Amino acid sequence: MGRFVLRRLLQALPLLIAISAVSFAILKLTPGGPLAAYEGNPLFTDEDRKRLEHAFGIDQPVPLQYLSWLGQFVRGDWGYSFASHQPVLALVAERLPNTVYLMGTVFVTVLLLAIPIGVFAAVKQYSWFDHVVTGTTFAFLSTPTFWLGLLLIIVFGLQLRLFPLGGIDTPGQPFNLFDRLRHLVLPVATIALVQLGSHVRYLRASMLETINQDYMRTARSKGLGERAVVLRHALKNAAIPLVTVVALDVPELFAGALVTEQIFGWPGMGRLFWDAATRFDYPVLMGILTVSSALIVLANLFADVVYGYLDPRIRFG
Amino acid sequence: MATRSVAVAGAPPTFRERTQWGMAFERFRAHRPAVVGIAVLSALALLCAAAPLVSPYDPEKTALLLIYEPPSPAHPFGTDGIGRDLATRILYGGRVSLSIGLLAVAVAVSLGTLVGVIAGFYGRWVDSVLMRFVDMMYSFPRLFLLILFGVIFKGMTLPVIVTVLGLLSWMSTSRLVRASFLSLKQREFVEAARTIGASDRRIIVRHILPNSLAPIIVAATLGVAAAIIAESTLSFLGLGIQPPTPSWGNMLKDAPSEMDKAPWMAIFPGLSIFLAVVSINFIGDGLRDAFDPRHVLGRR
Repeated sequence: MGRFVLRRLLQALPLLIAISAVSFAILKLTPGGPLAAYEGNPLFTDEDRKRLEHAFGIDQPVPLQYLSWLGQFVRGDWGYSFASHQPVLALVAERLPNTVYLMGTVFVTVLLLAIPIGVFAAVKQYSWFDHVVTGTTFAFLSTPTFWLGLLLIIVFGLQLRLFPLGGIDTPGQPFNLFDRLRHLVLPVATIALVQLGSHVRYLRASMLETINQDYMRTARSKGLGERAVVLRHALKNAAIPLVTVVALDVPELFAGALVTEQIFGWPGMGRLFWDAATRFDYPVLMGILTVSSALIVLANLFADVVYGYLDPRIRFG
Repeated sequence: MATRSVAVAGAPPTFRERTQWGMAFERFRAHRPAVVGIAVLSALALLCAAAPLVSPYDPEKTALLLIYEPPSPAHPFGTDGIGRDLATRILYGGRVSLSIGLLAVAVAVSLGTLVGVIAGFYGRWVDSVLMRFVDMMYSFPRLFLLILFGVIFKGMTLPVIVTVLGLLSWMSTSRLVRASFLSLKQREFVEAARTIGASDRRIIVRHILPNSLAPIIVAATLGVAAAIIAESTLSFLGLGIQPPTPSWGNMLKDAPSEMDKAPWMAIFPGLSIFLAVVSINFIGDGLRDAFDPRHVLGRR
């Protein structure tokens, strides 16, 4: 198993390098760049330009620029933001925890809710509960995240005044857990409800398939209680594919986080990406793209390992 | 369906030929949400297409005396911050948003099918290279790339957004097509075709592709819904279709700052996205069931 993980990690390496190379190439297409601020300045001579281009290394061929970026990146030098002149690593390290805090809460909330709802809906197939669940999840699946966020703000923020309209906490106040939680509710609900839709539907379908298996009849006929049959025999098998689905949804989680951070003014990585993109701040963009795709690749790798661990039929060959 | 089982005494029983597609169509017709989805979506599309006939207003003309009008008989969905009729803009915006959904999927499905056919049919290193490429495309956070392209093009026109969305959404189709080609190319009918000297091209187009059509159609349908959401998200962020041309997404762009004084501006354009997407998802669900031979008519 250890060797399997190691081999998958080694396979992920070329993937990550390819991803960063493509990101680098795309960013080279974007307008702007470190000299954009000087364009149009009459005191900015061609000689200055040459000197600065040399200083930034952008007079080199693009593949060489990429290699030198890669070399510095692995040594922890991710470059400096064109806009704020802060080191990119520090900027990302400052924002990433806020996004992980948001996404992690979403992730846990969704799993805690999806499993009981999905199981119950499948066990009571065609009951009123099942119909309500199937209908509601379908509706949430079809709702754009940003619009759901707007609706939640209108209803729970503006009309009922139950929750704050945005931000991660009330500015200028000492740390207060209750205040933090109140700020968390609407952004988490925005992403979680959409994700909940897909996971509940998936688990329900997978449970329905499992419930009709022969080993369920066997479990019942050897006298096991219904609870044990459903939870230990059905759920355990039905939940295995969910691991893959959850991992495949990580990019969606990033997209959801970006939109939600934008609507709720949440100081996370999605907002940082947005600000950097609108200012053509490519060292920052490059850092975020690399970090987020690395997280996506790692999530898939993790899912593979967990999948194999849960399902002994899969052997690490 | 009672009429079918009535046998008239004396008349010989009649048998109707039932083709695969015919049976799928009947299963689809029995899927009530899907039929409702078709009806709602067609009605929406027709209204949008006939926008100039349905609405007396100009979607881009401002009326400064009629700003932030709440919904009323004259303006059923109210007006926006520069006095434009919201209902009219939704109809014109629907033309843009629905077309983008359809066209982007057309691009994505063509590309995905092409890649899937090549990978699945030729296999070996071609397959490995293409599938690693698909893995890579999957590992990008798609919205981040969409935003980058939005910034590069300084907001997108319809052809650009269709191309970019298409180029970023073909991967699932290619995986489906590849999987179905991998299994179908081993089957006897392909062997038979090869034995009588059919070319690769003929085997692909006439023998294998028609048999992998069902999952492609389902993926394409659900893809339209995803593309509409992607376009609206991008336009909401201000990087998609540029005002004054309305799209369902860019109509919501100003909603956050106006939510307290004009909540209808946030509600109605979103509601039309929701309505279109829910209908398309229902249709996709119905198609999936219809193409699945395990779903027997009359059991649901």
